[in-house]
Amino acid sequence: MAKLIVTLVAAAAISFIVWWFFGKHTTAAVTADMVTTDKQDVDVAVNGGYSPSTVVLKRGVPAQITFNRKDPSSCLEQVVFPDFGINEFLPKNENHAIDIDTSKSGEYDYACGMNMFHGKVIIK
Amino acid sequence: MSIKNRFIVSLILSLPMLVEMLAKPFGFMLPGGAWTMFLLTTGVMAVSAWPFIQSAWAAFRHHHANMDTLVAIGTATAYLYSTYAMVTGKAVFFESAAFVITFILLGQYFEEKMKHSASGAVEKLIGLQAKEADVMRHGELVQIPLSDVMVGDLIRVKPGQKIAVDGTIIEGTSTIDESMVTGESLPVTKKTGDAVIGATINGTGTFMFKASKVGNDTLLAQIVDMVKKAQTSHAPIQKTVDRVADIFVPAVLIAAILTFTVWYVLLGASLVNAMLFAVSVIIIACPCALGIATPTALMVGTGRSAKMGILIKNGEVLEMANKIKTVVFDKTGTLTEGHPQVTDVVGDRATVLQLAANLEVASEHPLAAAILDAAKAENLTPTAAADFQAIQGKGVQATVDGQRAFIGNAKLLEDYHLTDQDQQRMDRLQAEAKTVVIVGRDNHVIGLIAIQDAPKPSSAEAIAALKDRGLRTVMLTGDNQRVAQAIADQVGIDAVIADVLPADKAAAVKRLQADGPVAFAGDGINDAPALTTADVGIAMGSGTDIAIESGGIVLVKNDLLDVVRALELSQKTFNRIKLNLFWAFIYNTLGIPVAAGIFAGIGLMLSPELAGLGMAFSSLSVVASSLLLNKTKLTTTPASTTRMA
Repeated sequence: MAKLIVTLVAAAAISFIVWWFFGKHTTAAVTADMVTTDKQDVDVAVNGGYSPSTVVLKRGVPAQITFNRKDPSSCLEQVVFPDFGINEFLPKNENHAIDIDTSKSGEYDYACGMNMFHGKVIIK
Repeated sequence: MSIKNRFIVSLILSLPMLVEMLAKPFGFMLPGGAWTMFLLTTGVMAVSAWPFIQSAWAAFRHHHANMDTLVAIGTATAYLYSTYAMVTGKAVFFESAAFVITFILLGQYFEEKMKHSASGAVEKLIGLQAKEADVMRHGELVQIPLSDVMVGDLIRVKPGQKIAVDGTIIEGTSTIDESMVTGESLPVTKKTGDAVIGATINGTGTFMFKASKVGNDTLLAQIVDMVKKAQTSHAPIQKTVDRVADIFVPAVLIAAILTFTVWYVLLGASLVNAMLFAVSVIIIACPCALGIATPTALMVGTGRSAKMGILIKNGEVLEMANKIKTVVFDKTGTLTEGHPQVTDVVGDRATVLQLAANLEVASEHPLAAAILDAAKAENLTPTAAADFQAIQGKGVQATVDGQRAFIGNAKLLEDYHLTDQDQQRMDRLQAEAKTVVIVGRDNHVIGLIAIQDAPKPSSAEAIAALKDRGLRTVMLTGDNQRVAQAIADQVGIDAVIADVLPADKAAAVKRLQADGPVAFAGDGINDAPALTTADVGIAMGSGTDIAIESGGIVLVKNDLLDVVRALELSQKTFNRIKLNLFWAFIYNTLGIPVAAGIFAGIGLMLSPELAGLGMAFSSLSVVASSLLLNKTKLTTTPASTTRMA
C-alpha cells in the first residue's frame, strides 16, 4: 500500500516538474519609461531570474537599466551583456544602474555570470 | 552575509558532528544525541543554507531551476526527513545536510577567490593608466589630472614618469618601456616625430609631446574595451552547453525521484537508504562547473594574450582560429619591413637618382620615399618637375629641364626598349626580389633603380613555426610574380598569389576558403576587406584604425611571430575549454549513476557528504584548470619574459 502511494506521488511530482519547468509560460515584455524625452529608464528586479526578463528600449535615446538584486545566489551576482562588453557585479539589495548603448537596433541577450538565467533587451 | 561568514558558521556548527562521526567507533556520543544534532543542523540550515533556499524559491516562481535548487532540495530533504525520524525514534542523518552545506560553501568561497584572480586582467590594464600629467598651460607647466588632458596639449615627461596619453614627441629623445602595452620586452628609443603610447614608462630622457588621443580614444582604452568584450563573449561551443544546462536541473530532480522510487518500491530498500541515494543524486549533479567552464578559460586566455600584445576579439574568433587550414599574408609591411630601400642603380647613379627624385618628389608612393632617401644620401636636392601626367598603371611622366621624362614599372617597356645588356640586368635584379623602376627621358631609358623591401628578420622563423603546426602559408601581393616568389623563397612560404590588385584581395581570400578556413594577416587600409572576408582576420600592429576594426585578432606589435603566438594561444585556450567541459560533464555523468546506487552491487556508493565534496571539487578543478592557462608553455614565447606592471 505504502509502495503504491509512493509510486503515485512520484509520478505526480515528475509530471508537475515537467509541466512547471518545460511547459510554455509566457512573460510580458516591458517598455522603458521615458523619464524625459532624452532619457529612458527601466527597473529590473533580480530575484530567481530577471523580472521583467524582456525590456524594450527606444533606439537612439540614452538608456539605463537599473538592476536591484534581492537574490542571495552567487549565480546571479554578475550580469553579463556579451554584445556590449558589460560584466558587472550587482550589489545585493541596492540599485545598480547600467548604461545601454541604444545606437543600434536589435535583440541583445544578457545573462547571469554562469549563463543560467537569461534576459533580453530589444532596441527598436 | 558573505559566503565566507556563512562557511565559518556552518563549519563551527558541523565540527561537533564530525568529531562524533570519527569518534563513534570508540564509543563516543554527543551529549544530547539526536537532539544536539538537530539543534546544530537547524543553525546551519537557518544561517548558512537559508540563502540557497531563498534563491531556489525565487527561481522556482520564475519556472527556473538552478544549482541552488539542487542544494536546497537535497539538504532540506535530509533535514526534514531526519526531524521526522527523530520524533518517531528512527535513525537520523542530520550530519549529511550540515556537511553538504559546509563543503559547498567551501567550494564557492574558493571559486569566488579564483574567479576574481581570473578576471584581474582588465583591472590590471586600467591600473596602468597614469594619474596625472605635467601639461603646458598659459606658458607654464602645471600638473593636472588625466581626465583634464585635451587633444593638442603639450605634455612634459620626466625620466621614470608614466606617459599620460597617446601623442607625438615634439622635443627631446628617450628610451621608453612599452612592454605593458605591446608586450615588447626591450625598451624602444624614441625621438622627435615618433609616436608615444599612453601608460608606457619613460626611461632615461626628458621630452615634450603633443597629445593626439585622450580618454576613450587612447590605445590603452581601446585595448581595455576589446579585452572586456572578449572576456564577456561566448564561444559557440558554449551554446550547446547552455541548452543542456537549461534542462539539466529539472532532469536531475526527476532522476532523483526515480532513484528513490526504484530503490524503495522495486528493490525494497529502507526509506532512509532510498532517500540517501536520492539526496546524493541531487547534490552531485550541480551543473555550475559546466556554467563556468567556458567563461573562466576565455577570461584567462584572452587576458594572458592581451599582456603579450595580442588582442583576441571574442570567443567566436578563438574557436575559429582552431579550424584554420591556411594562413595568408599580405607581403608589404607584414612579411617585409614595409620600408623599401634603393639597393642598385643601373646607369649613372647621380643622374638617374636626380631625375627620379625630381619626378617623385611630390609622390606619396612608398617606392618614391626610397628614391628620395637615396637621393638625399647622395646629397642631391630634388626640384619638382612640371606638367605631371599619370601613365595609367605604369608610372608618371612630367617635364624636367624642358624634356619629357618618365618613371615607372616594367609595363613601361611596352612603350620603351631596353638594351639587351640592361634587360639582362633587369632580369637579374628581379630574380633577386627587387622591384625595378625604369627611368628615362626624351623617349630613352637612361637607367634602372632597384628597390627592395627586405623580409623582416622574424618572418622565416614565423613561417617555419606555422608550417610545423601543419598550416599552409600563402603570400598575397600586388607585386609581380618574380619579386613575390623571391621573397617567398627567402622566408619559405608555400604559395604565392602575385599581381593582385588591392580591390581583389578579398576575392583571392574567398577562393582560398574553398580548401578550408583561412586566416589573413595584414595591416593596411586596403587590407580591411580581406581581413573581414577571412575566417580570422589578423590586423598587424602599427596598423590603421580601420584594420584594427576589421581584424578578429589585433597584434599591437608588428612582429610576425605574434601571428604564431596568437594561433597557439587560441588553440590552447580552446583546448582548455574543451577539457573543462569534459571534466564538468564527467563529474555529472559518472557521478549521477554512482550516486543513484547503480554500482551499489559492487560496493561503489556516494554518501550525500561525499557528493557535496565532489561537487565542490568539480567547480574548483574547472577554475583551477583555467588559471593554469596562465602557466602553459608556448613554443614561441620570447626568451625574455614579458612583464606586467
